[in-house]
Amino acid sequence: MELSGAQILLESLRREGVDVVFGFPGGAVIDIYHQLPNYPIKHVLVRHEQGAIHAADGYARASGKVGVCLVTSGPGATNTVTGIATAYMDSIPVVIFTGQVPTPLIGNDAFQEVDIVGITRSCTKHNYLVKDVTKLAHTIKEAFYLASSGRPGPVLVDIPKDVQQAVTEYKYPKTIKMRSYNPTIEPNIKQVRKVADLIAKAKKPIIYAGGGVISSNAHEELIWLARTLKIPVTATLMGLGCFPGDDPLWLGMLGMHGTFAANHAINNADLILAIGSRFDDRVTGKISEFAKKATIVHIDVDPTSIQKNVLVHVPVVSDCRAFLLALNRELAPRLDEGTASPSHDKWLTQVGEWASEHPVTYSHEGTAIKPQAVVETIYRLTGGKAIITTEVGQNQMWAAQFFRYHTPRTFLSSGGLGTMGYGFPAAIGAQMAFPDKLVIDIAGDGSIQMCIQELATAVCYGLPVKIVILNNGYLGMVRQWQELFYAKNYCATCLEVAPDFVKLAEAYGAAGYRVTDPSEVEKTLKEAFALPRTVIVDIVVDREENVYPMVPAGKPLTEMLLV
Amino acid sequence: MRHIISILVENEPGVLSRVAGLFSGRGFNIETLNVAPTLTPGLSIMTITTHGDEQIIEQIIKQLRKLVTTLKVVDLSEASSVEREMMLLRVDAEGTKRAEILRIVDIFRCKVVDVSPDELIIEVTGEQGKLTALINLLQRYGIKEVARTGAVALRRGMQG
Repeated sequence: MELSGAQILLESLRREGVDVVFGFPGGAVIDIYHQLPNYPIKHVLVRHEQGAIHAADGYARASGKVGVCLVTSGPGATNTVTGIATAYMDSIPVVIFTGQVPTPLIGNDAFQEVDIVGITRSCTKHNYLVKDVTKLAHTIKEAFYLASSGRPGPVLVDIPKDVQQAVTEYKYPKTIKMRSYNPTIEPNIKQVRKVADLIAKAKKPIIYAGGGVISSNAHEELIWLARTLKIPVTATLMGLGCFPGDDPLWLGMLGMHGTFAANHAINNADLILAIGSRFDDRVTGKISEFAKKATIVHIDVDPTSIQKNVLVHVPVVSDCRAFLLALNRELAPRLDEGTASPSHDKWLTQVGEWASEHPVTYSHEGTAIKPQAVVETIYRLTGGKAIITTEVGQNQMWAAQFFRYHTPRTFLSSGGLGTMGYGFPAAIGAQMAFPDKLVIDIAGDGSIQMCIQELATAVCYGLPVKIVILNNGYLGMVRQWQELFYAKNYCATCLEVAPDFVKLAEAYGAAGYRVTDPSEVEKTLKEAFALPRTVIVDIVVDREENVYPMVPAGKPLTEMLLV
Repeated sequence: MRHIISILVENEPGVLSRVAGLFSGRGFNIETLNVAPTLTPGLSIMTITTHGDEQIIEQIIKQLRKLVTTLKVVDLSEASSVEREMMLLRVDAEGTKRAEILRIVDIFRCKVVDVSPDELIIEVTGEQGKLTALINLLQRYGIKEVARTGAVALRRGMQG
């Protein structure tokens, strides 16, 4: 079968099971768009390429499938860079196709030419410039394989216009084997035994789970391990949802805005099982004071994550699920013999005391709407059965603290890069993956404006995404730092002019609500959630409310500012 | 501590910048870098000398292995290995200096590869120490220019 490069791309996407592509056309991809209607692939036309890449990312996080984004050369390509870096930091499988100027013009500073492969080298798992149409099919196969295997991540494929037009015999490889890429998936069994031996002796164990548990679909095995051995569980921002938020063993998130119980538990534990997490500075606080009493076991599919920030005692390079399956197998006979682990009752009592002494809470004083109360109300109204996306800053932390996530892939947030503007396009992607689920972007009035143009996209495709703006008229998290550490010098954090979000929503054809009275919050949210339309609910909240607990940057985890 | 790291890579466009970018992006230093094709078509060997404590070297090696275009990474300083670097020096060799320089060339087993009325180009091969020693000796005559290949290295064969 002879196909053009453009056809090869689309036929290969079809064979990869891609049902939706988020994109924006341009001169260097017209050939692909010309062929697009001939293939059973939905296209979501965004209003800015950053929206396309975040939507593909949100789609991938929500569904577990590879997200796909298609943009033109030059500015189309550079506009995706923030989103590519976002996906890279959080290990999200996306494949980005960029158009490129015709090969004879490459390097000539041609119109809309940019060296996107050079630009994205350090924020993709891998990237390609395909100069020969006969290599296109194989490259696409490799791109999907790389994006979704091992530690997932974004892969970019740059395709010059003449390559899209060139014709060749089409053959799509069934499988891929690369001599230079062979991620370790199965754990070393000796290491697994060592972990089981440590568990058998540990009196104060804790599981510190991260995004790796979610990306490897290891939550069931994790839940089994924790419940069977009664080990308390904390998770990173990226790990939220990997363990039921209403389980008595759940400690809440740890780190800078983690719970008192989680931070004290990790600092007093004698055994830490770090599963698919990477000891980020927002998690460890002052590294030299971090978990000094513990033997640390670190499971990660990416060897570079191990021994990078924290020196651990038992490194295990493995897929999280493969490790947990092996560990649970190793534990089974020990459980029968009663030798798997000692009782943790005393430890659990201690942890429980920390949790009840200092739960995550907030001051209920004053007449203004408390942003935390809004998140609690969203949780109550949805019964936790919604996909929550967030922007970045205070809104993100409150969404992490006051909504309890029960299942994986229901909390989508830019954890590593901290990208404002992520939440709304990600919600569009999640809604495309799950048309019948309630998808809510918990936003701030600052960050929502970074990709607000995607209202047109959401309305155009009839996506009933809900945007709940916790509107405090500030870039709240920076203002909080200025208040606490920079002598209340609120330089450039007060958003003195803001749009009327209700009118803005209406201008785009969405519905808009504004809430200023605490007694109206629940009623309005209920109404908004029931509406089968794109909705903005602009909630005016207590302006100078802060996120607590907080561990000041560079301080040990136990030095927490509480409410 | 100084380490010599040997990296077997796919010989394709951009490989050098992937490796170099990794070093600059993560704040690792490169002292010398050498790249050339191997006997296997499509594969190249890079030899990088770098400095760092144990944890940094471990990160460098792991990060290099993580690059999709990398097949194999070996820390040659760990194993018993042979290391060589080649250097060309343009030395001021007017009048009476010339005989003295040629004696040093002899002792160091260097080669004179270019001669002109007032200067010599000397070729020398050896370990870093030997090259440094030669530079120190020739400095007083006036070294006008130096070009070095950077270190290359191979693991020694098994000795019985």
